[in-house]
Amino acid sequence: MGQPVQRVEDQRFLRGLGRYVDDVDTGPGTLHAAVLRSPHAHARILDIDVEAVLDLDGVHAVYTHDDLTGPMAEPLPLLIPHPALTHGRTQHALAKDEVNYVGEAIAFVVADDRYVAEDAVARIVVTYDVLPPVVGLEAARAGERLVHDDVPGNLAARLEQEVGDARAAIAAAPHRLELDLTIERSACMPLEGRGTVARWEPDLDRLQLWTSTQTSTGVRAAVAVKLGLDLGQVDVITPDVGGGFGVKVVHPWPEELLVPYAARALGRPVKFTEDRREHFISSAHERGQVQHVEVGFDDDGRVLGLDVEFWHDNGAYTPYGLIVPIITSTQLLGPYKPGAYRVVFESLYTNTVIVTPYRGAGRPQGCYAMERTMDAVAAYLGKDRTEVRAANFIQPDEFPYDHGLVFQDGRELEYDSGDYPASLEKLKELVGWDDFPAYQREMAAQGRRVGIGLACYVEGTGVGPYEGAHVHVETSGKVKVATGLTTQGQGHATVFAQLVADELGVRFEDVEVVTGDTRRMPYAVGTYASRAAVMSGSAVHLAARRAKEKALRIAADALEADPADLQIVDGVVSVKGAPDSAIDLGTVSVLSNPLRYAFDEASKAATQFSVGDNSLPPVPEDEEPGLEGKDFYSPPRATFASGMHAVIVETDPETAEVTILKYAVVHDCGHLINPMIVEGQIHGGVAQGIGGALYERMAYDESGQLLNASFMDFLMPYVTEIPDGIDIDHLETPSPLNPLGIKGAGEAGVIPSAAVFAAAIEDAEGLAIRAMPISPSDLHTLRLSQEHPR
Amino acid sequence: MKPAPFDYVRAASVAEAVSALAGDPGAKVLAGGQSLVPLLSMRLAAPSLLVDINEVPGLADVTVEETGVRVGALARHAAVLDSDDVRRVQPLVSLALAHVAHATIRNRGTTVGSLVHADAAAEMPVVLRLLGGSVEVEGSAGRRTIAADDLYLGPLESSLAHDEVAVSALFPALAPGAGVAFDEIARRHGDYAMAGAAALVDGDAVRVGYLSVSDVPTVVDLTGVPDDELGEAALARLEPMDDIHATATYRAQLVRVLTARVVAAARSHAAAHDQQEAR
Ligand SMILES: Cc1cc2nc3c(=O)[nH]c(=O)nc-3n(C[C@H](O)[C@H](O)[C@H](O)COP(=O)(O)OP(=O)(O)OC[C@H]3O[C@@H](n4cnc5c(N)ncnc54)[C@H](O)[C@@H]3O)c2cc1C
Repeated sequence: MGQPVQRVEDQRFLRGLGRYVDDVDTGPGTLHAAVLRSPHAHARILDIDVEAVLDLDGVHAVYTHDDLTGPMAEPLPLLIPHPALTHGRTQHALAKDEVNYVGEAIAFVVADDRYVAEDAVARIVVTYDVLPPVVGLEAARAGERLVHDDVPGNLAARLEQEVGDARAAIAAAPHRLELDLTIERSACMPLEGRGTVARWEPDLDRLQLWTSTQTSTGVRAAVAVKLGLDLGQVDVITPDVGGGFGVKVVHPWPEELLVPYAARALGRPVKFTEDRREHFISSAHERGQVQHVEVGFDDDGRVLGLDVEFWHDNGAYTPYGLIVPIITSTQLLGPYKPGAYRVVFESLYTNTVIVTPYRGAGRPQGCYAMERTMDAVAAYLGKDRTEVRAANFIQPDEFPYDHGLVFQDGRELEYDSGDYPASLEKLKELVGWDDFPAYQREMAAQGRRVGIGLACYVEGTGVGPYEGAHVHVETSGKVKVATGLTTQGQGHATVFAQLVADELGVRFEDVEVVTGDTRRMPYAVGTYASRAAVMSGSAVHLAARRAKEKALRIAADALEADPADLQIVDGVVSVKGAPDSAIDLGTVSVLSNPLRYAFDEASKAATQFSVGDNSLPPVPEDEEPGLEGKDFYSPPRATFASGMHAVIVETDPETAEVTILKYAVVHDCGHLINPMIVEGQIHGGVAQGIGGALYERMAYDESGQLLNASFMDFLMPYVTEIPDGIDIDHLETPSPLNPLGIKGAGEAGVIPSAAVFAAAIEDAEGLAIRAMPISPSDLHTLRLSQEHPR
Repeated sequence: MKPAPFDYVRAASVAEAVSALAGDPGAKVLAGGQSLVPLLSMRLAAPSLLVDINEVPGLADVTVEETGVRVGALARHAAVLDSDDVRRVQPLVSLALAHVAHATIRNRGTTVGSLVHADAAAEMPVVLRLLGGSVEVEGSAGRRTIAADDLYLGPLESSLAHDEVAVSALFPALAPGAGVAFDEIARRHGDYAMAGAAALVDGDAVRVGYLSVSDVPTVVDLTGVPDDELGEAALARLEPMDDIHATATYRAQLVRVLTARVVAAARSHAAAHDQQEAR
């Protein structure tokens, strides 16, 4: 633990040997699926004519909603209900009577190959009654047009939380400010889209499903229910996943049900591999919010009252409940403790792609609202922006700190640990905060505009309910580890192996980790909410400890020693101080199983030892054969990581192009298991955040068509747009909530981007930035308007 | 993202390609495929026949002629960019090609393909127009030369007849004492530009060509315009477009900035060029 161990995954990935769902080869009989998607944002379906498809060579089946029966014909599940979600709506696997966004699935074709399947899709004739669409939050709030006839005002949910009397505190404060802010839609955009392959095994009466997901257990449960199968009849396997970033935690996708449905009906394996345009228009987006902030503060910039109202665009349906806006509303507070806080949000329907968590999951929006407010307070008072923040920090001796709010997991929003003043000091040092004004003046003298910004965040990570792990020491001494959550590039095979190597006392190279396979670990939750290291990491550690305890017990018996006198080093158990009295873990594994399969060397070696009590059965009560350890970790609540970013930008006075001169990150995720992997997560997050702040947006037109549904026009940054160096410093404030003292690190890098770039550009330009992302064209428009005097 | 069904023929000669095209009104030439294949995959184009010219011998040459440099239909962007002859005879071609897409795309895409694809956002069509170059084509009616000014009819529309194959393009040589420059502003490295400009300065004559500003590659004569009025003079003859990456107003600003930059750079290039000639 704590070592920058090289990732074991890299060999495979860098040499093109990764194995993704589309690489799963279910043999020559495999059929391929394509989906007919709505070309309209809002329409009633009057008729679907599939006649022209049926005589196309190579087509095996066409499904529309009329062909679905039982649970398959019902709406998809609402995964996370909430009492405030009074008008939750989910789509059907195939549209029933109405479509509510461009891209909604209408028909599912299965054919010999994807070419024929797409030809068939093109021949289906649908008659629509096109309805006026609701696009954008303004139209949604106006409520003149409705997405769902039975949802007045397009209002899916309204939730209010308040601690203290925020409005009274603001009214009584010496100074007051109001801010109107917007932040636009973007999306996760994993390079591997969604994909599912299914094979029905008639001989075994069971289903095998490979899917590119962040939760194989979730998909398994959903598929079993929808297809009317017992859970035990369904295996879900998640091979390598080429990025998730949140979108793949949504389940079941229509295709995740239709593929196995067709595979069982047709008796042939079926594969669906999403293409890029489909990913843009039929997976999920995030981030779009409009915010109104009122703040009251004193002469030092201490926030006495904070009142935030925001409107959240949830797209056409709400399968993932209110998770995103709830996180915005609670995590907005970051490292600060306002005197009183009130937050109200409305989650609104629009005729656009659904909104579900995208890395950061509502936090980037909250951080943006809070940090824009801090900057506005500092500007109003003429104070240094770091001073105003420091005046509002929760202090190190105030932990655990209970905000008095309810967090995303339904538990209290209670920060476990942190040291924000120390982080700020490190950040100021790292970015050269105090020297910047002189630099800015020097550049200004040359006609150049530079600006600096900073933003702070706190991230609730590692939410429950639980995660488990299974550790098995084979007779070869090799250790097989299984945990149920999935991997989409994080390096789980490396960090979990590090934890096992440390706890069990085996060589890192001897540990092999499997994730996301329900055959190996049927009880699991999933990889999201920066929870894998905290949840599965802790479970793996506990399971390794159990295996170790058992190994010591058996070895003590074999070596006729006290377990307390034994140690395990590099896979050998020995008596401390007596290295000759030793036994390999592989041999201990042989001894753990009274049925000796004398196939290997380890079994022969084991004959020299005798263990067990002859007066008891070979497997005594409360014992199990085999050298295994299994355990689960379930925390009382989330653990709160934190960090602060600063960026220095230069803006071109003529072209309004923004260049990043320096990017600095101070990051605190408790104890580091592998600093290299944590830094990799930060690099990736920062890169994704740069995309979100300066390049990406979802360009919907008024009719609800997504105009930039390709990588040509959705400007995900290339490596050429990301600065060569990102300066990182760590602080390690351990969490008291788990045995390793760790906190999540997966999402952190992306959280402060919109806030930190808005701040830096504002500083360079002397213009108030109230809308993100910002392109050179936007900045030019803003310069011309000059309507927001600072 | 799979193309609709199409027939495919691999032409062994230009004549064979021409007759295949003439025989099928739905036929299309396939060169490097870097523009055509994406259109097929997204089913934005569905030709009934693809006439692949990649195996036609003798089309990949880049040769220096008396009046300029001739680029064969199968010369890849990368080969043209690498050519010292091109750089020497007409440096504007090399300057502009460096902005065409990314290395992997330049390895397949052809410069002539780009010229006849007639995308107003592409670099090479406007370069050909600015230099007064031409394209040599062969069709059922024989060979002809199309001057660049007659080549571009509208967005993605060239004056090639359906059965004509472009066999080469001629980029005229840089005149002694003349200077050229190229610049563009793109959102990301290697992207199609939001706006771009190429300048040719020859004695008092100043001409600037624009890409991604209007819906066809457009050249504006700015001879005699004072330096501080260049941008406005250009804008008087352009109507910048609006799209999701840039408003018309922002594009106009880029025209101002780029015009000033490329004219100044072309002037200093001319001065340096002049000195070189003198030596
Ligand atoms: C990601 C990406 C980025 C790109 N960025 C840029 C960029 O920044 N700037 C830029 O200019 N281009 C860019 N391109 C396009 C690239 O330059 C293409 O190679 C070029 O536009 C077409 O050349 P091609 O040989 O690939 O033609 P093809 O794709 O094979 O053909 C294009 C069209 O021209 C016709 N055609 C081609 N050759 C002939 C011929 N000899 N006779 C008659 N008709 C012919 C075809 O029938 C077709 O209609 C980009 C492409 C991609 C994929």
